Parts: sequence; C-alpha cells; structure tokens
Amino acid sequence: MRAGDHAAYARLEVVAAGPLTLVEDLGRPGLAALGVGPSGAADRGSFALGARLLGQPTDRAALEVHHGGLTLRAHGSVTMTLTGAPAPTTVDGTAVGYAAPFLVRDGSVLQVGRPTSGLRTYVSVRGGIDVPVVLGSRSYDTLSGIGPRPLEDGDVLAVGQPLGEPIVDVAPVAPPASGLVTLELTRGPRGDWLADLTALTDTPWQVDARSDRVGVRLDGAALTRAAGFEGLELPSEGLVQGAVQLPADGRPVLFLADHPVTGGYPVVAVLSSRSVDAAAQLVAGQAVRLRQVSSRS
Amino acid sequence: MTSRVLAYGEQAVIVEVDSLAEVLALHRLLWVHERAPGLVDAVTGARTLLLVCDAPSALAGIRSRAHAALRELAAMPGHAERADHASGDRSPDNESPEDVVEVEVRYDGPDLAEVAALTGLTVDEVVGAHTGRLWQVGFAGFAPGFAYLVDGDPRLAVPRRATPRTSVPAGAVGLAGAFSGIYPRASPGGWQLIGHTDMALWDLDRDPPALLQPGLRVRFVALEDHQ
Repeated sequence: MRAGDHAAYARLEVVAAGPLTLVEDLGRPGLAALGVGPSGAADRGSFALGARLLGQPTDRAALEVHHGGLTLRAHGSVTMTLTGAPAPTTVDGTAVGYAAPFLVRDGSVLQVGRPTSGLRTYVSVRGGIDVPVVLGSRSYDTLSGIGPRPLEDGDVLAVGQPLGEPIVDVAPVAPPASGLVTLELTRGPRGDWLADLTALTDTPWQVDARSDRVGVRLDGAALTRAAGFEGLELPSEGLVQGAVQLPADGRPVLFLADHPVTGGYPVVAVLSSRSVDAAAQLVAGQAVRLRQVSSRS
Repeated sequence: MTSRVLAYGEQAVIVEVDSLAEVLALHRLLWVHERAPGLVDAVTGARTLLLVCDAPSALAGIRSRAHAALRELAAMPGHAERADHASGDRSPDNESPEDVVEVEVRYDGPDLAEVAALTGLTVDEVVGAHTGRLWQVGFAGFAPGFAYLVDGDPRLAVPRRATPRTSVPAGAVGLAGAFSGIYPRASPGGWQLIGHTDMALWDLDRDPPALLQPGLRVRFVALEDHQ
C-alpha cells in the first residue's frame, strides 16, 4: 500500500505493474540551482491531451506506461482515457477506445496491452493519481530518484477529487508512427563544433537499445568534430529537453525529460518541442532522420 | 567583457560570458533578484547562463532581458576586477558570514597520496591547500545537491581518475580539473577522492534540500583523526 489517504475519492489497485509504469505530471522546472532537473511526462503533448479529454488541469498526475503490461482494478468508479502509444486495452475484457474517455466501474479491471506503435501510453484518470508531492511535482525522475518510485504489483494508488467534466468524446489525433520518424531541429549553441551540420541530417540513424527517459541514443556513422574542436573540452553548461548532444563517440543523444541539469559535451542542435514528444515515443531499432528547419527567433 | 546570446531551440537562449563570476552576477540579476515573465529556469554553467522559457512566445522578451542584464553588468564599477576574483558584488573583506558554509572533512580519501604525487605537494600541503581558500559554488549538475566548487588553490588541479570507480560513498570529497565537489549520495564517479564529510549535502526534509547552491562559498575544515 502506498496511499494511506482514507479520504481518497477512489483507489486503483495495481494487479500488474508491467515492465515500467511511472507516475508523471508536468514535472518540477525551476530547480536547476539545486541540481534537480525538470522530469515530468516524456511525451508532454500526449499527457496534456489526456488532461484535456478529461476536462481537468494538467497539474493532475497520470500513469506513463512503458511497453504496456499494466493491469489495474478500480475501487470506486473512475473515468479514464488513453493517449500516447496506442495499446489494445480492455475493461473486463471489452475493448475501449484510444484518446476517448471511458468509465471503469467499481471492481472492474483495466488491462493495457503492448502498444502497436510508440513506447509510452498515458493512462489519465479523472481526479489524477494522488501520490505525495515532492518538490512541487508528483513526477518520478529516473535520473535522480526523486518522486514516487516505479509502480510495483500490489500497490494501491489514491485517485484525487475530480475537477471539471469530460466534454470531449474523442480526439482525432495521429498516434506515434511505427516506421521511419523524421524529427525537426534547429542549430544549437555549439553547432560550430560539428564539422558539418548536414552530416547530422544526412545520416540515417537507428534508436539504440540503451535509450531511456534521460535520452534517446542514436546509432549510426559517427560524426566528426570541426577542425580546431577535436579533443577540446567544453566547460559544463545547461541542458534542455530536446538538446542534441554530441558525445566523444560521435553518436548523438537526444535529451528527454530526465536529462541532467548540465553536461560537458557540445549541444549541436535542438529539437522542436513537437519533435521532443515524437522522440519520446521511439522504440529500440526504429529508424530516425533529422531535418533542419529554420529558427523562428 | 565579451558576451554572446546564443540560440538554444524554441524556448531557450544561452548567454555566454568570460568568467563564472559574470555567470553568477547574471544569475543574480535575472533569477535571484527578479524573474522575468515567462522565465521558468536559469541554469548556471562554467561560462554560461541558460535561460529557459515556458513558451516560445516568451523567448523574445527573455532575449532582450538578457541583453539588458549584460549591459547592466558591463556598466558596474570595478567589473573586471571582480571578474578576476570571482567574488560577485561583495569584496572578500566584507562578505556576509551567512554566505559561507563550513564543511568538516576527514582527509582520509583513497586518492590522497595520488593527488600529492600529481601535484608535487605533500599530503599535509594538499590538505592545507584545500582548506586554505574559500571555494565558491559555481553550478550544479550530475546529481541533486552536487555542486561544482571553483576558485580553489590552483595547485590542486588534477585530472580525473583514468578509470572511474563504480561506487563512491555519499559524503566523499573529490577533486577533478580545477573543481572540488562532494558526492551527495553513493554513485559511480571518476573524481580523485581526498576525504569525506558526514554532513548531508542533500536532504528532502530540509528547505532548501541542497546544502550548497550557486553563489554560496565553502570553507573546508580539517577534522583530526582522533576526533
């Protein structure tokens, strides 16, 4: 039991937690001085869509389910919705829709299967997952270990008091692609460290299996640094979600929500925020192309 | 003073200056004293301040605030001298004691002899050099509560260990490059370990949870073996 809150509106019993299921909201930005990164939902667009479908503010936490495998039993009736990676999902064996609110009655069992495309499915609950707030957020930061630990079989999660009414029946959204994904980027602050930025956009990349919420590692032909930058050390500087860093091995890392606060390798490009969400849905082995777009500022 | 404001995606810019002292002065102007609308974080680096906005629409305003702060900084009297001494807007003789954190260290680290060999100092001289100057918290990173300390004795500059340790205990005091740092919790690490402290660098039940934050100074105090 992780929620001793007797005033809980409803509870969700974790029958099976799956490979990795985390509680996430929009994270805890603004704490860099403490050495704490922003964390929060990796695919923020899908998380926010879940909140919108339930007619509630984005400060309510949801479940970020990696590779499906989550089974929950409702204690009390709750309204839920699924966004992000579309996964075949049932309530008491009957299929429920994607990006559309549905009711899970007291005693019913929700089963989230393996996604047909994408990596992270968001299970949003009307009222939100009510775990204790740590430094202003209910998000689990996999890098620092701050926030509620990953779900385990047998956990019981409190559901918060609902606020607002679902007003949308279904949202016509395109689910994450299963084949080649093209991500858009602009030149980063250290773009001049790369011999040729077009090498970044001309190279076919593949998602490395070591990718996680800290970052997506790309595998492909190693990029070389520009003349005069070989062997140089960059004094550590701040990172953002979507920063495309070029480590010593020449294979780019696309930073996600749990990125370190600072890093010592050059950030040669930065993803658009829409492409950060798309990057958070990439699975190991998936093909990626990077495309440079003009900066708006 | 040379400075640049560099593009960093849809929602951030990074301000590059000559020294950490200027970074910390900008951090005070743009984050500690007053926060511009739409600014969600200001991340100090060794030579840079990263300014992160809540929306792309806030970026133009933040960019002009950054330029204004740079002009303000350049106009401050004695600017260059302060930059040299990395002491912000306080001179060393009238610094406020609340800005200095004393950290008690037992100098018994596994790399103490190696650091002595690398620096050409005796072990006692290494301890003397480490405790002999006020260090300054430059920037955070690596782990919650981990602070890169700068402005130490330049004789203590040593390379990282060729092979990082798979586990460094919490409280270990290390050196790497020109930095000193204290591991807030057990983790892998490549710094040269010269001692350890029992003080909690990170405590979620404390406000703020981090003992060391940008702008604060640190005085290391040697504990005797028999204590």
